[in-house]
Amino acid sequence: MTRTYIGKPVTRLEDRRLLTGAGNYIDDVKLPGISTMAILRSPYAHARIQSIDLESARAMEGVIDAFCAADLDAQLPVIPLRLAPFDGFERFLQRPIAVDKVRYVGEPVAVVIAEDRYVAEDALELIEVEFDQLPTISTIEQAAAGNTLIHEAAGENMGTRYTVARGNARAAFDDAAYTRRERFVTNRHGAVPMETRGLIAEFDPEAPLLRLHGATKVNFFNRRHLAAAFDLPETSVELIETDVGGGFGARGELYPEDYLVPIASRRTGGPVKWIEDRRENLTATNHSRDIVCELEIAATAEGEILGMRATVQGDMGAYIRTNGGVVPSKAAQFLPGPYRVPSFSCDVQFLVTNKTPVGTFRGPGRFEANFCRERMLDMMADDLGIDPAELRQRNLLTPRDLPYRIGELVPGDPDATLDRGNYPAALEHLLNECGYADWDPGAETGDGRVRGMGIACFIESSAAGPPESARITVFSNGGVEIRTGASSVGQGTETGLAQICAEFLDIDMNRIDVLHGSTTLVGIGGGTFHSRNTVMAGNATRTAAEALKDRATELAALRWNCDARDLAYDDGAVHQDSDRLTLQELAAFAETRGEMLSADALFDNEKKMSYSYGAHAAQIAIDIATGVVEVERYWLTEEIGRALNPAMVQGQAIGGVIQGLGGTFLDHFVYDEDGQLLTGSLADYLLPTTSELPDITAIALENSPSEFNPMGFKGAGEGGIVAVAGAVGNAVAQALKPYSVSINELPLTPDRLRKLLRGAGA
Amino acid sequence: MKPSRFNYYAVDSIDAAISLIAQQGEDARFLAGGQSLVPMMNFRVAAPTALIDLNGVPELSNVRIDNDGALHIGAMARTRQLETDPEIAEANPLIAVAAAYVAHTQIRNRGTIGGSLAHADPAAELPGIALVCDAEIHLRGLSGARVIEAAKFFDGVFTTALADGELIEKLYFPPWPEQRCWAFQEISRREGDFALVGIAAWFDMDASGAISDCRLAAIGAGDTPLLLDSPAQTLTGSVPSDALFEKAAETVAGDIAPFDDIHASADYRREVAAVLVARTLKTAWERRR
Repeated sequence: MTRTYIGKPVTRLEDRRLLTGAGNYIDDVKLPGISTMAILRSPYAHARIQSIDLESARAMEGVIDAFCAADLDAQLPVIPLRLAPFDGFERFLQRPIAVDKVRYVGEPVAVVIAEDRYVAEDALELIEVEFDQLPTISTIEQAAAGNTLIHEAAGENMGTRYTVARGNARAAFDDAAYTRRERFVTNRHGAVPMETRGLIAEFDPEAPLLRLHGATKVNFFNRRHLAAAFDLPETSVELIETDVGGGFGARGELYPEDYLVPIASRRTGGPVKWIEDRRENLTATNHSRDIVCELEIAATAEGEILGMRATVQGDMGAYIRTNGGVVPSKAAQFLPGPYRVPSFSCDVQFLVTNKTPVGTFRGPGRFEANFCRERMLDMMADDLGIDPAELRQRNLLTPRDLPYRIGELVPGDPDATLDRGNYPAALEHLLNECGYADWDPGAETGDGRVRGMGIACFIESSAAGPPESARITVFSNGGVEIRTGASSVGQGTETGLAQICAEFLDIDMNRIDVLHGSTTLVGIGGGTFHSRNTVMAGNATRTAAEALKDRATELAALRWNCDARDLAYDDGAVHQDSDRLTLQELAAFAETRGEMLSADALFDNEKKMSYSYGAHAAQIAIDIATGVVEVERYWLTEEIGRALNPAMVQGQAIGGVIQGLGGTFLDHFVYDEDGQLLTGSLADYLLPTTSELPDITAIALENSPSEFNPMGFKGAGEGGIVAVAGAVGNAVAQALKPYSVSINELPLTPDRLRKLLRGAGA
Repeated sequence: MKPSRFNYYAVDSIDAAISLIAQQGEDARFLAGGQSLVPMMNFRVAAPTALIDLNGVPELSNVRIDNDGALHIGAMARTRQLETDPEIAEANPLIAVAAAYVAHTQIRNRGTIGGSLAHADPAAELPGIALVCDAEIHLRGLSGARVIEAAKFFDGVFTTALADGELIEKLYFPPWPEQRCWAFQEISRREGDFALVGIAAWFDMDASGAISDCRLAAIGAGDTPLLLDSPAQTLTGSVPSDALFEKAAETVAGDIAPFDDIHASADYRREVAAVLVARTLKTAWERRR
């Protein structure tokens, strides 16, 4: 028999456990003798620390220890750069706890370890800190002016600045029949996962052993840096992954707490737990998306794009953390998008301000770039009297253009090339699905509102970075185990890998357990980001399964004393004529030989990225008098090469759209001029809820398998979010066309839209 | 986000509650549904030394309708009951409709009408409804019982006429004529959020077809829920029409004093208050039986 799992919408293996409360999240982990840690965070955006008095806190009943930077080694480690480590950033790195100065509201100042969190928070109130407030940099304009320096030794607030280019933008603009320049702003927001971060450290300096529970995403990278920070051999550091309630890029990076919790454990000699509460989460976990983009476009009178020029300024917050310059650099790289843009140049600036540091969030830079470019294309279509869909069809890269070299648009990255595909077909599919040809923008709606439809196209890179590992073992009880260095952040990694393993071993997938992420499971791991699990860990699992079948066949040949070439593998067993040895029997045989029936594999795509691509369409209705927008319908097409599990793919797409609608209408970290975060709870930082959901049609296309991995997968985790602001912005702009207002800044709040409409006399 | 230390007392009668809070001093608080107080405690914005839990006081949950149609709602009646109880909807349909706008089901299951009034968020729905319905608020304290009109109850943002140690026993809503035209509308960022601005309105008509009596109230348009006297004056004595409603809406600006916050500007609230006045009156008129 041949079992088929790949391509089937099988129910997720983890759902029963997670939905019945049997999940094991970090706060579920109980250890004997555990104590709890709480962090005193800066109430000021920029201040010099004159003194810290911990005596009253230390003396409080139930408090085990309290510390601040002065109590630690003179040289605290710095949080390393993992990605986009541009020259200049080394001047802006963060130490785990404030030394002399605080630079954003929420920066750790002191730590209390106590019997429980209630006592710990009581003790925080007893800590006396004398702050000497400094002028605050709350905008990128102030940062650029540099009248106040956030990091004095750097001599400036510009983290770094560079220009990337291809073609000859100056010539393109000089010769163009049509040019336009616009300024776009994308709102600071972030991942805000349902489960906040949390860590438990067990630090035994004698063993030596540092075990850190609650790790995820890039555990092997983090292990290397934690080992260096604490002067331990890597083998003495264990990062243990638990169930995770949402990552979205922000969870699992090295943060100050990844050092402070181990320090707390080392000082107290016992296990220490820290669970980030929601108020902490909103200032302590990376923000994202905070971009201003001055974009110019040059085209022929027929709407053929000749070039783009841009300045991208990113508000990086107070420090450059692990994600380095990813957000602005990817915004710049993805500005040309899926279009034929012969000439392009972009000045990219990374400005340091007194706000929470910035990091990656699902579709980093892409969401921002797509909003700017897709809005610009609709403006150009309007100016030139060309239908927006037609304009896109004239400029999308065609199968004849692909592969298309986009050049070195991120310093230090290899020269990048868009792989094969059919971008116009994905747009065409979308247009048919949403009934674009029949859409009448001027139609009466009957309910006093005005409707609009907007479209946006995207490309999305996936699966770059280090190789990924998998090990498959069959036990004599019949169980099969997959171990991988990839993490699960709730996206269904266990199910996906089990599907692949079950199909290639031709066994029931319910026999399979998937253990993921922890550094104790496998020798190396690349981690989980950039929509890479299915591509990287999936192909590693396939290779391991093939190797395991080979090993099973060899063992069967030994058992039967025959030539392995005469044997066949089928139905979870090795066959010789009518005889068969199941994997379970072979595992038992292997154990008698003092070995395990097991196989390892590593998958490396050698930095050959596959690009998923597609298009979004939004249909909105706006109440002109109140500025309230309802998204009525939403459609997207996304070419992902091959869908491992269509139900999970659809979940990713729909979840991405919803998260993108949040970023377009609701999510916003608002700061005042003193650098105080005004959206410090979920009553003010607004997330989309089930009440706001439109009808979403998500179509995964499987017409263009990736050439860079045997199963043809492309990333499918981010295509749902990256074009939402572009499509919705265009839909709102179309509805408001009679008022000639500029939809250039997010989020699209009723207040902002009314302000625009008021200015237009409506 | 953990509260500081406090003592907890459960009581089973109003008398026990008010004598206990007098003993506990001014930093003690009554606990009703806890949907505002407990988050404030977790943020340590509020740090009561003692909570006196009213959830076990049966007499505070009574809902009664008099023969004349007047409605008595105990302070501990849950918002969810206001939303779903058909007898309440029959006695005063405005209460039920507005209650559905309060937060989400889970919060309505716990939150109470007395708690909402005592908390006095200027954007909350139920205080605006009490105001527009001429409700009377029955208070109990150590010095005895007293009754205060809703119009005199709200002093400012989160402040009311409640004296130290006093609690809300019940609300009295006067009889609701069957022919009354009424409506409630609000704009919020998301379903269930506090209103950016909301309008409640009703009007009665005389035999000639003119408006004989009416009330309008706004929430989210000042430091307290506000009665809108100017549009009421415009309406009274006139025959309903869209033009009349628009005219009434134009007068609302002088009756409100909206503020800026991160969710909307005062300008937004001012113009949308006018839009909602016209829409609410139209909806009320369309609903006439």
